[in-house]
Amino acid sequence: MGRRKKMVERVKALMYKQENIRNIGIVAHIDHGKTTLSDNLLAGCGMISDELAGRQLFLDFDEMEQARGITINAANVSMVHEYEGEDYLINLIDTPGHVDFGGDVTRAMRAVDGAVVVVDAVEGVMPQTETVLRQALRENVKPVLFVNKVDRLINELEVDKQEMQLRLAKVINQVNKFIKSMRPEKYQEWKLDASNGSVAFGSALYKWAISVPAMKNTGVGFNEVFDYCKAGNMEELAKKSPLYVVVLDMVVRHLPSPLEAQKDRIGVIWKGDMDSDEGRSMISCDPEGPIVLMVTDISIDPHAGEVATGRLYSGTLKRGAELYISGMYRKNRVQQVGIFMGPDRVEVEEIPAGNIAAVVGLKDAFVGCTATSLEKMVPFEEIRHVSEPVVTVAVEAEDMKDLPKLIEVLRQISKEDPTLNVQINEETGEHLISGMGELHLEVVIAKIERDKGLKLKTSPPIVVYRETVQGTSDVIEGKSPNKHNRFYIQVEPLPQEVVELVKSGEVSMRMDKVERRKKFESAGLNKEEAKGVTEIFDGNLFLDMTKGIQYLSETMELILEGFKEAMRNGPLSREPCSGIKVKLVDVKLHEDAVHRGPAQVIPAVRQAIHASILTAKPTLLEPMQYIFITVPQELMGNVTKEIQSRRGQILEMNVEGDMVTLKAKAPVAEMFGFAGDIRSATEGRALWATEHAGFEPVPHAMLNDIVMSVRKRKGLKLEIPKPSDYVG
Amino acid sequence: MLVFVGLGLYDERDVSVKGLEEIRRADYIFAEFYTSVLTGTSPERIQKFYGKDVEFLSRDKIESDTRIIDLAGNHRVVFLVPGDPMVATTHVSLALEAVRRGVEIKLIHGASIMSAVCGLTGLHSYKFGKSATVPYPQLGRIPTSPYRIIDENRKSNSHTLLYLDTAEGPMSINKAVEILLEMEKIEGGGVLEGVFAVGIARAGSEKPLVRCDYLERLQDHDFGDPMHVMVIPSEKLHFSEVEALRILAGAPPEIEGCLE
Ligand SMILES: Nc1nc2c(ncn2[C@@H]2O[C@H](COP(=O)(O)OP(=O)(O)OP(=O)(O)O)[C@@H](O)[C@H]2O)c(=O)[nH]1
Ligand SMILES: [Mg+2]
Repeated sequence: MGRRKKMVERVKALMYKQENIRNIGIVAHIDHGKTTLSDNLLAGCGMISDELAGRQLFLDFDEMEQARGITINAANVSMVHEYEGEDYLINLIDTPGHVDFGGDVTRAMRAVDGAVVVVDAVEGVMPQTETVLRQALRENVKPVLFVNKVDRLINELEVDKQEMQLRLAKVINQVNKFIKSMRPEKYQEWKLDASNGSVAFGSALYKWAISVPAMKNTGVGFNEVFDYCKAGNMEELAKKSPLYVVVLDMVVRHLPSPLEAQKDRIGVIWKGDMDSDEGRSMISCDPEGPIVLMVTDISIDPHAGEVATGRLYSGTLKRGAELYISGMYRKNRVQQVGIFMGPDRVEVEEIPAGNIAAVVGLKDAFVGCTATSLEKMVPFEEIRHVSEPVVTVAVEAEDMKDLPKLIEVLRQISKEDPTLNVQINEETGEHLISGMGELHLEVVIAKIERDKGLKLKTSPPIVVYRETVQGTSDVIEGKSPNKHNRFYIQVEPLPQEVVELVKSGEVSMRMDKVERRKKFESAGLNKEEAKGVTEIFDGNLFLDMTKGIQYLSETMELILEGFKEAMRNGPLSREPCSGIKVKLVDVKLHEDAVHRGPAQVIPAVRQAIHASILTAKPTLLEPMQYIFITVPQELMGNVTKEIQSRRGQILEMNVEGDMVTLKAKAPVAEMFGFAGDIRSATEGRALWATEHAGFEPVPHAMLNDIVMSVRKRKGLKLEIPKPSDYVG
Repeated sequence: MLVFVGLGLYDERDVSVKGLEEIRRADYIFAEFYTSVLTGTSPERIQKFYGKDVEFLSRDKIESDTRIIDLAGNHRVVFLVPGDPMVATTHVSLALEAVRRGVEIKLIHGASIMSAVCGLTGLHSYKFGKSATVPYPQLGRIPTSPYRIIDENRKSNSHTLLYLDTAEGPMSINKAVEILLEMEKIEGGGVLEGVFAVGIARAGSEKPLVRCDYLERLQDHDFGDPMHVMVIPSEKLHFSEVEALRILAGAPPEIEGCLE
């Protein structure tokens, strides 16, 4: 048997030993060394040759990733690691660090049970480190810590032994503080501690690492590391205390197997009945139970076509299985099942619960869906990404004959990437793609052109605004077109805490209603209001404040549709609404169901809401960004100038040696082209990263101009609408 | 002046003599055909028979357009409605708006399906309760209020007249039964278990079809062309109602069990 074939046999055998499986993600701030680490773990386990791993960033094989030197696509890989004489199957997802691709991290966290948080010893804990940790902790994914680039600390920063220890301890403290604040109840269990080996230190690039438990076998500790580095003999170090052994030992010891993890994870990610068949089967990770697969990634394979990858929480997947995709009646037939072997997908006969599976044949699947053999099952909680789309480009096919194909491609990409928002306009042929940032959209468009062979015309990027209100409206009466139904609506601003509560997904309409009311009350809604919440949509609430109205319950679905339509396109400039509390104060309905059908109810409600918004001090919110920049001191002036000319504000400034690190905040609208401008302003010597900073009201003096420019772009009348345009 | 003219039940010749006189005198004629359709005729035949141009309006036109009332301010405007102008279709708001704006209105009544069912089935007009429309699913959901109305009516021993939705083309009795049974599944009240129902097709035509049977059985009966309506009779029936259903609607002998 060839080496590779033997490895396949080992992996196949391990799939069934659930206690010997670890599903993990590698997460970190941009450039802290995730991919270098993943590459070298694979090579250490013999899954790829040293030669391949030696080539810069094997897992960033896409040309776009190579050209930019960053990870864009999360990569699924597997490896076999021997620990205390037993084989373990490690399924690993290498995630991107750039904020624009943060959606990949969120999705990966749904597939794994543990995370290796990588922190650059020189840069320390960065904002994106906190963001990814938050994503992991929210999904009940247990962290361990790898402090990377220790070689730079020693050789570039030239710290002494004591300073080195202090800095490393500081990283651990910061991460612990964060875990404590986010999951106080888990802190005792999840606290990171160098002495028990839940923290390792090392250099992913030079392939060595140390941890306290490993020291006992290798005799290599901080002193030795320091000396080897100083002596420029890291090769020796890599032989004595190899990266993959130390890091994977840590993974096996401290991160849970699916058997252990699913016990308390299911309750976090699934709101169904724990005593049902599927509930019990998922909790016990039962391969005999119904098939339940959470799809976390969809990609196109040149040979197999669409491949859905995800975590199998229950049952055994086999070719020919017929699965329901959450919310759809039609069944999909599984054509192929595969696991990862190193970086490759290998077809297998079947895959038992607890593994990460790649499936061909799930035509209706989209990222975030639940695929199950059960006809009716409560799907998993939606995978919610922390940030919302902030930038839009308009795209058109350059060639008329590509029109239908473009629409198909756009539908496909929105299935693959839920952080994109695609609006198809078949009439004008001009479609809108909104995403997490300029780079996100640039990559999406480049991929469409390259992989699908379409030539596109694209507009410059535009910011996505949100419409909101700053005051309380009058009670507005909306009449249905047939005049036989009346809806009385009032809007007002939602308290910020409530907005955060719903945007984070901490409160949903699916959760227990008593618990939901409690959360709303503690965030600032009064009792009556908390009780009245009937729908949550995109950071807005719909409250039914009426009592005992006949036929309201069967009309409510239509009313909510009107509410959603109103929220999707606000009255000022047809941008989405956010932070609005919509109250239904009273209703008069016609006796007969067809006289209060969709054509009557939806427009009446929508128009009443729009008119209300216009009487409640409407304004626009614009997306903001934090910018973190490190530059040599003498270039500071150029940087601050660049920021200030972009309506930016400098929040913090730290000097270390002759370098300065700045934290600033600026509107995304002003940040287009920043990459090029900062490069020329600093001769390419600035290191920088960005982070989402939520939405803020546009300056009052600019409101009218911005509204008009958005209206103009959308071909709307160039005047701010009046309430009487909606209800008259 | 705005004159509402009821066109009656089936074709262009169901209009009353008074109605026809109003049509012949009119300056403008509009017609609304979305809630009900005169299936025995066509827009062309109507215009030819009346010898006038008629403008047929869609639902949103009537609901949003103020032109009818504007014109009625200083012209004779006739508004044609199948059936009786103010019964099944509610044009009351148009009439009210006209009065509010100082426009004189006039009603010329037409035969209504409401009275036609009494004659066709022999069910007593005194015993009808609330009526309802069997709707097509709305955004994928079926409103179940008609089911509850049938329930209430049966509890007070009343008949229920069921109009059938026309939003996606005139609904057939077969489809309506299917939807009613779906409502029963959703509500789970057993109200329709073993009930009799009457299906009526093409009231007002030369060959109306009236058929009484167990509700589920009507699902397989071919009623032919539209328009269709239904009645769910009360639980207990007057002896003359039973006789009428037997003779006029071919009801099965078991209907005798409903005798009060
Ligand atoms: N000196 C040193 N450089 C390292 C180490 N690990 C990674 N690097 C370098 O850091 C840079 C970024 O490494 P990557 O592995 O691409 O980082 P990443 O976290 O995957 O980056 P993104 O996926 O884009 O977020 C590369 O130039 C690596 O060679 C290390 O331990 N020591
Ligand atoms: Mg990477």
